[in-house]
Amino acid sequence: MNILEFTLLVWVAGLLAGFVGSLTGLGGGIIITPLLTLALGVDIRYAIGATLVSVIATSSGAAAAYVREGFSNIRIGMFLEIATTLGAVGGAVLATKISTGAISIVFGLVLMYSAYASSRPRHERVGDCRPNPLATRLKMNGSYPTPDGPKGYCPQGVPAGFSMMFGAGILSGLLGIGSGAVKVIAMDQAMGIPFKVSTTTSNFMIGVTAAASAGVYLSRGYIDPGLAMPVMLGVVAGSLVGARILTQAKTKWLRLVFGLVISIMAIEMIYHGLTGRL
Amino acid sequence: MADETRRWTDQRVEEWIGALLRWGVTLAAAEVLFGACVYLARHGHEMPQYHVFVGEPSDLRTMSGIMKEVLAFRGRGLIQFGLLLLIATPVARVAFSVAAFAIQRDRLYVVVTLIVLAILTYSLAGGHL
Repeated sequence: MNILEFTLLVWVAGLLAGFVGSLTGLGGGIIITPLLTLALGVDIRYAIGATLVSVIATSSGAAAAYVREGFSNIRIGMFLEIATTLGAVGGAVLATKISTGAISIVFGLVLMYSAYASSRPRHERVGDCRPNPLATRLKMNGSYPTPDGPKGYCPQGVPAGFSMMFGAGILSGLLGIGSGAVKVIAMDQAMGIPFKVSTTTSNFMIGVTAAASAGVYLSRGYIDPGLAMPVMLGVVAGSLVGARILTQAKTKWLRLVFGLVISIMAIEMIYHGLTGRL
Repeated sequence: MADETRRWTDQRVEEWIGALLRWGVTLAAAEVLFGACVYLARHGHEMPQYHVFVGEPSDLRTMSGIMKEVLAFRGRGLIQFGLLLLIATPVARVAFSVAAFAIQRDRLYVVVTLIVLAILTYSLAGGHL
């Protein structure tokens, strides 16, 4: 297999990962790395570097759309980005110090957890909200568009959310993923922010978080242009297609099938990490 | 009334940010695609070697090195420059937010955004602890 064929193959893998990633809400990043390492035998460090770059592209592309619709809360995002970027730099430095086997095992566990978290039913919080003093001082209270007009919300539990975001940043930097699942849980569960606002603000934050680890990866030589190019172009194209399909019905079965495939990939990652075959 | 003004500016800022992100990604993708054509035309028939990690040569690790590669019109350097543009897109978004919050006289968020910008700058400088 020469470079031209390899590039095409990686592009198709990226297309697939971007498509499945946007359909399941997991993001393309967490799916392309197992494909590259398990199926194409790419060293996990190259895979992580290439993936991280594609994460910036999909996040920024999607965020551009959501920001205009008025769902994402720029202040909440910016404040929590202090935690995610700090974590991301730490995670990226950590990635250069620990063994690839350990990275692979952590990756498998996070992949499995993300698949589980994204398949859980989503409930919108109803009822009145009492403004939290700290969140109010940080100007986090806001409103978002609903079919019945703008609806207000007031975040709670800022310290808990901030700590979880630091964790999300570490995972993002360590594994080269957006760790959207953890970000959404921090906002949706810990801070009581409406689900739609949580997901779009998370998307908005992913690009900045990933950029924070990208600097470290670039200077350590993890970002290979020959590999990152097809991954990025493929994932971006795939998630654009996925986003189109997502608006149509019948994604329930697709999600179930992909959830199964993703779980198998997660187990493979853990197994390969334990046996040291990556 | 004051709240009305704030909401209006917030909306403007959001529109600007949306446009900035879209243009950044489009420009970066176009540059990567252009670099890909140069790279594949010249090296498409060689063998890929990604199963063993050796790391990138120093010219593809630093901003000055990448600029040197671009001027030499090397495919890999052109792609890497596109990736650098992509990494710069969220950084530009944060830098723009500093100015936007300053115009809104939101001192608290000017500080918050400057902290984020400082962490990003530190990382892009290599992130050496």
